Amino acid sequence: MKESRTLPTDYVSSPERTSSGRTLRTDEMILNMGPQHPSTHGVLRLELVVDGEIIVDVIPHIGYLHRCFEKHAEHMTNYQQVIPYADRMDYLSSMCNDWAYALAVEKLLKTEIPERVQYIRLIMAELQRIASHLIAVGTYAIDMGAFTPFLWCFRDRERILDLFEMTCGARLLYNYIWVGGVSHDLPPSFVEKAKEFCRDFRTTLKEVHDVLTYNEIFIKRTANVGVLPKDVAINWACSGPMLRGSGVDWDLRRDDPYGIYDRFEWTVQVGKGEMGTVGDCWDRYIVRMREMEESTRIIEQAVESVPEGNVQSSIPKRIRPEAGEVYVRSESPRGELGFYVISDGTASPYRVKARAPAFVNLSVLPEISRGAMVADLVAIVGSVDIVLGEVDR
Amino acid sequence: MTAREIFDNLKAKFGDAIGEAKLDALQPWITVAEKRAKEICLFLRDEPGFGFDYLSCLSGVDYPDGKLGVTYHLFSMNHKHKIVVKALCTRENPHVQSVSAVWGTANWHEREAYDMYGIVFDEHPDLRRILCGDDYPGYPLRKDFKVPEFYNGMKVPY
Amino acid sequence: MGILNYKFESSNILITSLDGLLNWARLSSLWQMQFGLACCAIEMMAASASNFDIMRFGVIPRATPRQCDVMIVSGTVTLKMATRIKRLFDQMPEPRYVISMGSCSNCGGPYWEHGYHVLKGVDRVIPVDVYVPGCPPRPEALLEGIIKLQEKVRKESLAKKAVQTV
Repeated sequence: MKESRTLPTDYVSSPERTSSGRTLRTDEMILNMGPQHPSTHGVLRLELVVDGEIIVDVIPHIGYLHRCFEKHAEHMTNYQQVIPYADRMDYLSSMCNDWAYALAVEKLLKTEIPERVQYIRLIMAELQRIASHLIAVGTYAIDMGAFTPFLWCFRDRERILDLFEMTCGARLLYNYIWVGGVSHDLPPSFVEKAKEFCRDFRTTLKEVHDVLTYNEIFIKRTANVGVLPKDVAINWACSGPMLRGSGVDWDLRRDDPYGIYDRFEWTVQVGKGEMGTVGDCWDRYIVRMREMEESTRIIEQAVESVPEGNVQSSIPKRIRPEAGEVYVRSESPRGELGFYVISDGTASPYRVKARAPAFVNLSVLPEISRGAMVADLVAIVGSVDIVLGEVDR
Repeated sequence: MTAREIFDNLKAKFGDAIGEAKLDALQPWITVAEKRAKEICLFLRDEPGFGFDYLSCLSGVDYPDGKLGVTYHLFSMNHKHKIVVKALCTRENPHVQSVSAVWGTANWHEREAYDMYGIVFDEHPDLRRILCGDDYPGYPLRKDFKVPEFYNGMKVPY
Repeated sequence: MGILNYKFESSNILITSLDGLLNWARLSSLWQMQFGLACCAIEMMAASASNFDIMRFGVIPRATPRQCDVMIVSGTVTLKMATRIKRLFDQMPEPRYVISMGSCSNCGGPYWEHGYHVLKGVDRVIPVDVYVPGCPPRPEALLEGIIKLQEKVRKESLAKKAVQTV
């Protein structure tokens, strides 16, 4: 156990006094949360220094799910083989991971992507974004003590998984988006099913809004808790809903465009501090809820105009990019997912570094949880929406 | 600002501390002296024309010629321009100046590079291993890493 | 009680073996330890959510190992986590069971070759009763694993076991 942590300079211990005026000495206590804890969303361990109920410092310990992604990427015999491992990195948004890695290799190869593939990728990524946010919202509701939204969220997520399953046969880890294309074409009734889902999904969103978003208890637990100011968010390179929740109008889909997002009508959702301060847990939550709505809009527009074509024709048989390096980033549900790929001209990558959004978003946790109560920490960790597979890779 | 302008500006300000650069690459990069990384990065962040306030990624690399290196992918939220900065160090004496005082996010990234490559970041506030256990033998992402036979009494190879 | 409803209205006697009664009680309420490791944990969550509803088998998640009968090791066990899993297993009261869910905890899964930080199979640190294959297994597969474990419990004899250990 670590001892003698340095305290923040503005920390003042407030001694209680007895009726005779003597001070009661209170000691700081070190408390372990995790790696097995119901609300740490996986195998995260937090070492808390607490003064009574007040958190003096948080030291996250990660690495309990370090699965050596980068080593595997270096040891594969070709570039396509990395994709299943990218799948397993952030297991809630496999499609987005595949796409980000494919984008990086395609940039090295300088290949053109067929129109139909672009549309399919975009539809899949947005469906995945909804599925991922549904888990984020559902588990966040459980953390805050509401069980019903969790069941509703999982019910609707299963419908998205059904769509994925009819497309590529897998429920969770798809290995679907390949370098240069996708592994299977869309099945015949996909478009109708997707439209049907989008229509029904708006009802669920409204229900969750009714039961959770504007629930007084939920607001009391999340508003003004874990406030992340704008400049801190940028300095700690937060991204995704974490950054947008702090009021920064920033979305890589629009600001560093990839794919065909510019063809559709949608808006970037930003936290405005409606229930408290800008950048609190409620803002991060509401950004996710509204993003689901925007994703539904994008899907509805995209499925209308999927062009015909072959989805596999441009998948290269042998990938040997010329020596060089590239860092490509895209907007995963958790934020900026970047792949730094170095090629040495051979058939397998020389180095692949994944810049995981959850890893970076989690690193700011001590900054935003000092001074909060222990119970608030559950709210803060939940609102960061970490996936330990991605934090540890 | 183009990569050429950034390079010229840095060269004028820091002279010898700015090394080799490849400005016609897919993503242009500039090498800086590893002992002055913090100073140069602070300049890149605070100089109004640059404004690199967002450190996208910081990666350790083990190069084929035996050198280790750190790559910084910088981005400016205001000016929307990017630059890649590299700092190289030797395998025998892997010391690079920490930039965690410049960008908070570098803290964990540098700990990861230390964990995976054994690159020591001078002036880092809390340089511990982050992913592997404290007693893990060796630096796993170095190209000459050998998987240990046993770790804490558990057999590691299949 | 389903089919036994209204069969025992007046006081009645049911004859069965002690093992049969105890095993029936135990297998109908296998309390599960609530912790997830990796991708498989998401499928475990899906199994306990609306569509699959694992609770109809009497599997209720408990947050502390002291109240649990079964530990579902759902995902990749790393070297750093393995010692913690061993400790959690030791904290569970006997009789205790382990379901290894997914390829990673069965044998290392896709990380078997280059995974320098991955334990190649959780059975290297704790004994496993049921292996559920898949990467990740579907929720139905996990349910099948629970049923297999129930079959195993049904055939056990606690009374004999107790005599043997004394």
